[in-house]
Amino acid sequence: MLEIRWHSRAGQGAVTGAKGLADVISTTGKHVQAFAFYGSAKRGAAMMAFNRVDDKVIMNHEKYMEPDFVFVIDPALVFTSDVTVNHKENTIYIITTHMSTEELVASQPKLAGKKVYTVDCIKIAQETIGRAIPNTPMLGAFMKISGMYDIEFFKESMKRILGKLPQKIIDANMLAIQRAFDEVK
Amino acid sequence: MAFDKMELQKIEVWDGNRAAAQALRQSQVDVVAAYPITPSTPIVEGYAKFLADGYIEGEYVMVESEHAAMSGCVGAAAAGGRVATATSSQGFALMVEVLYQASGMRLPIVLNVANRALAAPLNVNGDHSDMYLGRDSGWIQLDAFCPQDVYDLNFIAFKVSEDHDVRLPCMVHQDGFMTSHTAQGVHTLTDDEAYGFIGEYKPMNDMLDFEHPVTHGVQTEEDWHFEHKARQHNDLMVKVIPKIQAAFDDFEKLSGRKYNMVESYDMSDADICVVCMGTSVETAREVATEMRAKGIKAGVVGIRVIRPIPFFEIAEALKGVKAIAALDRSSPNGAAGMLFNEIAGCLFNTDTKALLSGYVYGLGGRDLTKAHLVSLFTELQKNVDAGKVTTPLQQFIGVRGPKLSFL
Repeated sequence: MLEIRWHSRAGQGAVTGAKGLADVISTTGKHVQAFAFYGSAKRGAAMMAFNRVDDKVIMNHEKYMEPDFVFVIDPALVFTSDVTVNHKENTIYIITTHMSTEELVASQPKLAGKKVYTVDCIKIAQETIGRAIPNTPMLGAFMKISGMYDIEFFKESMKRILGKLPQKIIDANMLAIQRAFDEVK
Repeated sequence: MAFDKMELQKIEVWDGNRAAAQALRQSQVDVVAAYPITPSTPIVEGYAKFLADGYIEGEYVMVESEHAAMSGCVGAAAAGGRVATATSSQGFALMVEVLYQASGMRLPIVLNVANRALAAPLNVNGDHSDMYLGRDSGWIQLDAFCPQDVYDLNFIAFKVSEDHDVRLPCMVHQDGFMTSHTAQGVHTLTDDEAYGFIGEYKPMNDMLDFEHPVTHGVQTEEDWHFEHKARQHNDLMVKVIPKIQAAFDDFEKLSGRKYNMVESYDMSDADICVVCMGTSVETAREVATEMRAKGIKAGVVGIRVIRPIPFFEIAEALKGVKAIAALDRSSPNGAAGMLFNEIAGCLFNTDTKALLSGYVYGLGGRDLTKAHLVSLFTELQKNVDAGKVTTPLQQFIGVRGPKLSFL
């Protein structure tokens, strides 16, 4: 079982990202689950989304999770919420920030000694898609860190999922995924 | 007006709402009258979009309340169309008056309910309060445990509900958010397979058949009211279960997926078991498997058909078990839980003298964790070892503050 927790703000696309990832993984024959805690569901409010992936049908519906990966797609959430809650010894963090990994860990001691990778998904999204929607870049970074799929296969799959969007937006998303894949450290 | 067919993948990653909306499209529902409410909104939104995009030949009626939504459904069903809608929580509560009209008028309507808590305090998350509120309304109630079930049970609902020997409305329940907003793999049917399974809508006593005028929604006082109600109850008790069974059998032939009135898992040699509904059934199954690895003979019983209650099937599923936990996700507000009472009734005159204890859990979407279920199964085993219920008969799981227990 692979488990992922997303930290996001409502409106940044964590749910779409989690469902998109589930969709891609499902085509490879694995079983998936994607869900979210909406809380009061106001745009901009901190929220969490979740992925589960397994070789057998996923029957666990508890919301409690000790994640293998934590994705933080809003840079402020590292400081305003505890992104390490219910962590495991080997939980891997991919955090969007303009800081270097060293600077980030120094500013947030909770992350010291943990496996932390950083990438500026907000900047990448603004420069490629033109809006601060950091979900698809995060998936590009995840492909690099996890080595889950070949990046070209992943991009092809995402093209199908983004399907009905204008070609320009799809192309920009592909660029964003590739940039995050290349830039995550 | 013609409509387009949609190519689906063999497995689509859908949440429960999407699964329901797709099932309504494939069933080619003629009329949806709806007043959207969280968490069921995407069901009717999905139908409206399919309609606007030319995938359905039908009509979406926007109304001013859920009371009006169900009234619109009653009107459309009496006129002779295939009718469905969706709601949750407060919307369901507002519909209640018309729910009794729909069933009393013997109108086949399918109502998708994304189960949600009832205010006050206001809460949009999933529990079974609305589902429990509907259980004396004369509707058939089916319960889904995951998005796949939601999809499949919608077809079962149309098939059973519209059967001329049944003519009763049917609810398809799913857990708000835990199913309605949780995306999982759903094995699909092609448009032709799905529509072929439920078939063309066959009207009965429809108001638009001018050759045979009929009256709907009549008044009967003490001269006839009781006979009508008795006949409705008779049909629920006698006719519906065999029709559901037949629909389950046909559906298994079509899809390979087997449904039962009462879903039993690891029950053949179980000493202890949990009886519950919704997503909790699946989580409990996973925990029961883990308990078995520790040498505890645990099983799970999930109630698939809530109304009519599969009385004998429940007794059969629980035959020989030594300790039972009845899990209710709705506050009984001054009584033992609904499942506790139903199970006690099913078993009272049988040879199964199990130790029965009740638990209230998960109100307002409170998480039911695997850790909760491990302690629950452990407690049941303790009851078996002691030969008696070692705890109060009603306990609360997962509530903060001093431990609450009653009876």
